[in-house]
Amino acid sequence: MNLTLYVWKQKSKDQPGELVQYDARNVSPDMSFLEMLDVVNEGLIRENNEPIAFDHDCREGICGTCSQVINGIPHGPQERTTVCQLHMRNFKDGDTIYIEPWRAKAFPVIKDLIVDRSAFESIIQSGGYVSVHTGGVPDANAIPIPKEDADISMDAAECIGCGACVAACPNGSAMLFTAAKITNLAMLPQGKVEAKKRVCMMTEEMLNQGFGNCSNHYECQAACPKGIKVSFIAKLNREFTKAVNIFSEPGE
Amino acid sequence: MILDGKSPSGPLAEKWDRRRQELKLVNPANKRKYKIIVVGTGLAGASAAATLGELGYNIEAFCYQDSPRRGHSIAAQGGINAAKNYPNDGDSIYRLFYDTIKSGDFRSREANVYRLAQVSNNIIDQCVAQGVPFARDYAGYLDNRSFGGAQVSRTFYARGQTGQQLLLGAYSALSRQIRAGTVKLYPRSEMLDIVIVNNEAKGIIVRDLVTGRIESFAGDAVCLCTGGFANVFYLSTNAMGSNVTAAYRAYKKGAYFANPCYTQIHPTCIPVSGDHQSKLTLMSESLRNDGRVWVPLKKGDTRAVKDIPENERDYYLERKYPSFGNLAPRDISSRSAKEVCDEGRGIGASGRGVYLDFADSIQRLGEDTIRERYGNLFEMYERITGENAYRQPMRIYPAPHYTMGGLWVDYNLQSNIPGLFVLGEANFSDHGANRLGASALMQGLADGYFIIPYTIADYLARTEPGNITTEHEEFGHSREKIASLTDKLLSIKGDKTVTRFHYELGRIMWDYVGMSRSEKGLNTALEKIPALRAEFWKNVRVTGQGHELNQELEKAGRVADFLEFGELMARDALERNESCGGHFREEYQSLDGEATRDDQNFSHVAAWEYKGADNAPEMHKEPLEFENVELAVRSYK
Ligand SMILES: Cc1cc2nc3c(=O)[nH]c(=O)nc-3n(C[C@H](O)[C@H](O)[C@H](O)COP(=O)(O)OP(=O)(O)OC[C@H]3O[C@@H](n4cnc5c(N)ncnc54)[C@H](O)[C@@H]3O)c2cc1C
Ligand code: FES
Repeated sequence: MNLTLYVWKQKSKDQPGELVQYDARNVSPDMSFLEMLDVVNEGLIRENNEPIAFDHDCREGICGTCSQVINGIPHGPQERTTVCQLHMRNFKDGDTIYIEPWRAKAFPVIKDLIVDRSAFESIIQSGGYVSVHTGGVPDANAIPIPKEDADISMDAAECIGCGACVAACPNGSAMLFTAAKITNLAMLPQGKVEAKKRVCMMTEEMLNQGFGNCSNHYECQAACPKGIKVSFIAKLNREFTKAVNIFSEPGE
Repeated sequence: MILDGKSPSGPLAEKWDRRRQELKLVNPANKRKYKIIVVGTGLAGASAAATLGELGYNIEAFCYQDSPRRGHSIAAQGGINAAKNYPNDGDSIYRLFYDTIKSGDFRSREANVYRLAQVSNNIIDQCVAQGVPFARDYAGYLDNRSFGGAQVSRTFYARGQTGQQLLLGAYSALSRQIRAGTVKLYPRSEMLDIVIVNNEAKGIIVRDLVTGRIESFAGDAVCLCTGGFANVFYLSTNAMGSNVTAAYRAYKKGAYFANPCYTQIHPTCIPVSGDHQSKLTLMSESLRNDGRVWVPLKKGDTRAVKDIPENERDYYLERKYPSFGNLAPRDISSRSAKEVCDEGRGIGASGRGVYLDFADSIQRLGEDTIRERYGNLFEMYERITGENAYRQPMRIYPAPHYTMGGLWVDYNLQSNIPGLFVLGEANFSDHGANRLGASALMQGLADGYFIIPYTIADYLARTEPGNITTEHEEFGHSREKIASLTDKLLSIKGDKTVTRFHYELGRIMWDYVGMSRSEKGLNTALEKIPALRAEFWKNVRVTGQGHELNQELEKAGRVADFLEFGELMARDALERNESCGGHFREEYQSLDGEATRDDQNFSHVAAWEYKGADNAPEMHKEPLEFENVELAVRSYK
């Protein structure tokens, strides 16, 4: 099939960008979306033009590097699928496709479709861990954990940190990302010890980094390639309320 | 030269303790005076950087992705081994050790493998303490599954995303140290050279992938944790950016490269669908717990699955290896798949594929159980192929996946260059000629959490901290060399793209240095690779500039190294006149087609020393001595 692409081109962070038109010819339905872009890029290079810069690495939907808004939807039209796993059988001959980077205040564009997601790093660094040193820990089976709790923890831990939730949110909020980490740890006995401090630190850092607030649009859940649920945001809010109530007791 | 692996003496079970007693320590107050450079933040690098940071050393950590959480360890699906024996099914440290040595076809160092099995249990404890949500049973205890090459259930897992969860655990420990200020992280940074001063590793040269600036970093020791080189085949299950560059450039600075021909071709990947293919996707080996591998008995049988009756199907693994069946080790399963396809019994449009069939398990256990165990893998399969594996068997074919070879290290994980330590897949140490499933994650974390913290101290304790800075002339030389390499790549302005060269190299490697090798084929590769390399340096086209984000330039540097490294692989494969593990030489097989080792002449590690661009590399041998296991013919029948 043949397609018309409009791709966001931007030389660097400080320069203005624009949508540029490209043709993608002889695209096979078995190609992944990124393989389609590879073919376009090979053509551009042969004609001595700059290829389109985009982030990608594992190409199997797990590293969270790929990050493109396709026809207005982060990661494109297929539910629960990253761009690298999106296949061209989801498009048809003659389609026009708009490809843009994540757009959010906290994720400045570096080049073309590549954005800077270091704000996510700061959120994790502010408390997304259990403060345990290597060594000197109890046997792994010392504390049984109800399967249901472990499963919920794992549901949340499946987040790949791609940032689609932020790109989808009209407020550019990182609530789903932050909530996933909070829930992952709060469901486990190992994470409970520091739960209160963690939720305060991480939500504060989220705001410091320029992410917006949540006003219940649920666009994040719809865009998430891993199906992370907004109910985790409720969990975050609950953890936060619990923490703040304690922290505001006399003496705190 | 005969290399010494420096294994401790004494009984196997006491070697590691004994070594730990012998190793020097660094006083707590002095630790912060030492700077350690850690290149790579996958499982090996993140666990090392975090642990060394906790101990109080000053760490600088580098990765080429925008976050440590994206290192390719993230993609490991199936699980991680440990000798916990929770299921009470007969496992022990010795058995895990023995399975690993045997799976490696008796081509690894006994003492290293035993230590790996010993610390395996600590890893699981550590990960649980970090909040890794491993799979559990209804009583709340950790669950295990079986993996290829083992008859016990010792593999811990987190759905089909074990690597992801372990890496997120190590990443969280690393993030905590970044916050604490002991680790400084440099993401989107590619190491392009190692700096050696007075024969000791004292720093690295890095290209900032955003600005293109070439920068120097000095340290008291360097740890390379840069992963494997399966991308030499162009198509592999590795990430697009996985490379040999860091290891290869260390090799060019004098570090020995051990057993480069030992590569693992994983039996269960999604077959190639066309020329546009950019990478191959693994379907976890754990699927072989419940899937049965088969092809039609008849050649060229194009009937639909439902039209092929049971007695016209060949469940060839169950037939040939009745005691391990579908869980036969990887090298054997892969080669068997190639054999049946070579016989003309392969399935799918290209004839390069076999079925992995879940029909029996679905009937026995119900679709829900299968979905619970492998749901995400079935979904991934459907996204890529458009086929529903609950209704029809998966189509699979072997693909390059893991590289047992790597930089040579002694028992302390130190290369032949003092101060240069190599961890994780980037070293050669523990897997011999074929890695046992679910033990790469174990090795990466063993190296980073539990081994390097002890062994690096021994080196540092003998070193004056901070005695070399980036002002040293070696840094200047190295920077100039890298800058001129960049200029050269950009100035060729030929008419073939970097990817095209990579593709062509991959074809040569797959055809002649792949699943089965022969003297004739290897000699062909040794002619074709230098010719392709010569063409690359005349005719490659790299667009853009050096001082900007330039993905074509990044690729070009990596492919340039693969074009040299491929030759080293072929040379090593040619030199090893035996078949062992993943290295199958057609000349050396038994009547029934099994690999035939030659313990008399090849029970050694082959470690290659670079001798300059115009000279052949020199091979050094480390003899492998087995005090505790008897070298046996590896049988899975
Ligand atoms: C698809 C797949 C599934 C697997 N499943 C399993 C499994 O179930 N069980 C198991 O035990 N093993 C499995 N393995 C193997 C295992 O995942 C790897 O061997 C292991 O994770 C490697 O870890 P590492 O830390 O050595 O390297 P990696 O995780 O690959 O990390 C390499 C690091 O080095 C950095 N780097 C590389 N080059 C440079 C450079 N030049 N400059 C700067 N930084 C650089 C990268 O940025 C990255 O941070 C699997 C492998 C694959 C590919
Ligand atoms: S490239 Fe890794 S998730 Fe898409």
